[in-house]
Amino acid sequence: MKLSTFKIGGVHPSGSKLSADQPIKVMPIPDTVYIPAAQHIGKPADIIVQKGDKVKVGQLIAKSSGFVSANIHSSVSGTVTAVGPVPDPSGIAKMGVTIKVEGDEWMEDIDRSETLDTNVDRFSDKEIIDRVTAAGIVGMGGATFPAHVKFTVPLEKKAEALLINGVECEPYLTADHRVMLEKSEQLMVGVKLIMKAVKTEKAFIGIEANKPDAIEKLTELSRKYAGIKVVPLALKYPQGSEKHLIKAIMNKEVPSGKLPIDVGAVVSNAGTAVAVYEAVMKSKPLIERVVTVTGNSVKNPSNFLARIGTPVRLLIEAAGGLPEDTGKVISGGPMMGKAATNTDFPVAKGTSGVLIMPEELAHRREPEPCIRCGKCVDACPMGLEPYLLSVYSRKKMWNECEEHYIYDCIECGCCVYSCPAARPLLDYMRLGKSTVMGIIRSRKK
Amino acid sequence: MSNLLTISPSPHFKDKPTTKSLMFGVLTALIPTFLVSLYSFGIGALVTTLVSVGSCVLFEWLITKYLLKQQPHIADGSAILTGVLLAFNLPSNISPFIVMFGALIAIGIAKMCFGGLGCNLFNPALVARVFLLISFPVQMTSWPKPIESRLNYLDAVTGATPMAAIKAGDLSICENANFIDMMIGKAGGSLGEVAAIALILGGIYMIARKIITWHIPVSIILTVFAFAGLLWLIDPSQYVNPLYHILGGGLLLGAIFMATDYVTSPMSATGKIIFGIGIGLLTIIIRLWGNYPEGMSFAILLMNAVVPLINKKFQPARFGAPKTK
Repeated sequence: MKLSTFKIGGVHPSGSKLSADQPIKVMPIPDTVYIPAAQHIGKPADIIVQKGDKVKVGQLIAKSSGFVSANIHSSVSGTVTAVGPVPDPSGIAKMGVTIKVEGDEWMEDIDRSETLDTNVDRFSDKEIIDRVTAAGIVGMGGATFPAHVKFTVPLEKKAEALLINGVECEPYLTADHRVMLEKSEQLMVGVKLIMKAVKTEKAFIGIEANKPDAIEKLTELSRKYAGIKVVPLALKYPQGSEKHLIKAIMNKEVPSGKLPIDVGAVVSNAGTAVAVYEAVMKSKPLIERVVTVTGNSVKNPSNFLARIGTPVRLLIEAAGGLPEDTGKVISGGPMMGKAATNTDFPVAKGTSGVLIMPEELAHRREPEPCIRCGKCVDACPMGLEPYLLSVYSRKKMWNECEEHYIYDCIECGCCVYSCPAARPLLDYMRLGKSTVMGIIRSRKK
Repeated sequence: MSNLLTISPSPHFKDKPTTKSLMFGVLTALIPTFLVSLYSFGIGALVTTLVSVGSCVLFEWLITKYLLKQQPHIADGSAILTGVLLAFNLPSNISPFIVMFGALIAIGIAKMCFGGLGCNLFNPALVARVFLLISFPVQMTSWPKPIESRLNYLDAVTGATPMAAIKAGDLSICENANFIDMMIGKAGGSLGEVAAIALILGGIYMIARKIITWHIPVSIILTVFAFAGLLWLIDPSQYVNPLYHILGGGLLLGAIFMATDYVTSPMSATGKIIFGIGIGLLTIIIRLWGNYPEGMSFAILLMNAVVPLINKKFQPARFGAPKTK
């Protein structure tokens, strides 16, 4: 059978999923956690605790501050030792809460039992969304868009299907893969809950063919859950992009500048669905997540279940320590992850993985002249012309950038990946995109 | 911190091919053709190729270093490739001085004057070939007979090529079934264009290794087949079997190795097909109704000139483009 995928562009990055067979290990609770106030797209949450306050696991410590924002809860029990700067991958400390851990005392209303609760019917769609909002759930694939905003379908629109993103198209990352294998039942109930929240009868779980065990297990389970179908997909990056997942599964293209809901789709990450299950059925806010720690020189590539705020350094130590030849530490995957300046930054809601690259792969090659081979054009999944846009952007030709749809760029990195001359195409395109978006916004005012 | 981490914007991963590996990939694909040329034209093929490559590399090095005062990057292989392609477009018994002059035109005029690698509008090897064809019409159209003049160089025995025979109205070539000769390098012609099988092999290798896409060669060959085939069906007494147009002359060399030159061909898949159709049509028009027996070089150069317009008009299919325009 020919597996479906999206049609335009895409690349097949090498790089193996080293930790695919490693079961999720629970990280010990650290001595101190650093919880940033901005772990989502949108406005940072307002911190509501003060230095010296005692907090419990699951206690609200920062409140959603606007429509696109999310609650943040304490992931440990202990004393707030500081409200102020906490480490960040960028090296520029950001606002957050530092908590010294004392014991492991949870909020009373959280159900910590392992028993599976499948009684979805006792909640209305409104209640599900309220619980998701309260739990501070955000997209856990890395985009960290507040989940309750996505699940609140505007009145004039209708969700035709829910798509669950189990693609994990970034090389090396295996967190979603392990979650799908080890929390399959919870995932299914979570999907049911989201289906109810967005009022649709249909859900598709898209999984790339390099995870046959997850495809098999979820397909087997899906027989018990009406309306949920597992769709195996051909391997291609960036299939985990919302727009490309919708194209691959529903064969619909989200028009430029529109949202998935405009073609009747709601897309949610597999890990997010499990978090929704825990939030709704178990009243457990988003206080921990699965993080892949991996890299070719890493001694024991692993998947850890870590409390939010755990310094990444501790995860790296648990995976065998920072290798001798380390040149780069990436928060996320190799294609879209951010290079970190330090290893002290904490695990946040969107930290899907930590990739450690050796010194010899850490540096970019010296750029050579563009030979106009067109590989970037073939690779671009949005059908753009990166070679041209990067030149327009470098020359500050913003009108031409706009005429060639630079705002459609999803910054997936396929152009740079495929460029034989190692040109910094995406650097210039990011500059052009943000400038053009600014121009478009100012025009509307 | 003594051991600083490297930071840079994403992506942090790169595909393996480099400019250099692509250039050497094309050179690898030309090896079978070169071997057949050595078999067919012997010493002449060897000398012409060596002189051409040597002078292209030398001129590139001299111009970059002393005129442009930049660091020469011979190692990327593009000058070597231009040299090989120029040699493959010349008769094997041509004077080495003409070859060197051609190399100067290719590198000096067609490539470096436009700004060097990646900036030239026209295919450098073809600019040089056409320049030489106009400047040295006799030397450029006296074709050594393959096989029998292997050990002769400047004093090779010359004979007509299939294309020249057809141009002269001698369709008898069609009666002698010498497709096989044209496939394996026994028919006359430029030193790199006579072995259809070797050229096709190189093309398959390049497509398999993703050095080129199929769009340009396939659209050229299909266009020539359709156009020449139509004429042949209308009047077989005046027009030859389209297979002669495909196997004869520089068509395969041009379609597979010259027209697919990255710098001078369109970027998008649709653009490449339009480019290929244009080359196919122009080649047949020039071959049948032009002054020259061979039209491939002119067709490619003419279409090179339209590449910027093609790039402008035929942009890649855009994801999520509004349905109505």
